[in-house]
Amino acid sequence: MREAGRTTRHISVQAAPFDLAAEVEKLTGGRTDIGAVVTFTGLCRDEAGLLSALELEHYPGMAEDEVTRVVDEAEQRWPLQAVGVIHRFGVIRPGEVIVLVVTASAHRVAAFEAASFLMDYLKTRAPFWKKEHPADGSSGGWVEAKALDDLAAERWSAAKRD
Amino acid sequence: MVKLVYFAWVRERMGMAEEMVELPASVQTIADLALWLAGRDEGAALAFANPDVVRAAIDKHHVSPQTSVQGAREIAFFPPMTGG
Repeated sequence: MREAGRTTRHISVQAAPFDLAAEVEKLTGGRTDIGAVVTFTGLCRDEAGLLSALELEHYPGMAEDEVTRVVDEAEQRWPLQAVGVIHRFGVIRPGEVIVLVVTASAHRVAAFEAASFLMDYLKTRAPFWKKEHPADGSSGGWVEAKALDDLAAERWSAAKRD
Repeated sequence: MVKLVYFAWVRERMGMAEEMVELPASVQTIADLALWLAGRDEGAALAFANPDVVRAAIDKHHVSPQTSVQGAREIAFFPPMTGG
């Protein structure tokens, strides 16, 4: 499945923000074998002014391990030349980045599909939890997992069986 | 002794982030452990009120409720994940 050659990989679970262009450059800079780069950036939105921040809790150690396992699986399924995942934790304000997925391949289909797969799997398997801090200062609640996210992840296991 | 760690609203309801416990012989699986913890106090009962919702990991790997806790060093309980 995997083409010959190296897969450049960058995985980070961090509190600090990141720069999209710099991260893509880190993964693909100086290479001439990559034909397609897909990036997904997840941002904190303000829910029409109702939200002042999200607080992301994570399971240190397992978060990195689980992201790595999901990346391993993506590399087995698609011929990727570079893959990067950054997931932040801590307090994140509206407009700030939360998560980044970068996939690079010779052709676009692998890059698109792998990026979509990575996000679907990260959402349901990586141990992160979002708590909302409302703009009115009231005590917020934990964001509930969406059944749609589970369905999105499940479609990849169905695809694997075919 | 095994280390138990809790996250998000499981942590809040348990009233602690982690603890060391000696598991009784009756606790063989994750499901047994959840049931045993739920019987400890009100907060724990609330944390495990709907045991199907609470997820678990052993030594930082996702596991099902039927998984044996034999040999586990660290067992985590947490709600369904909401990252990304």
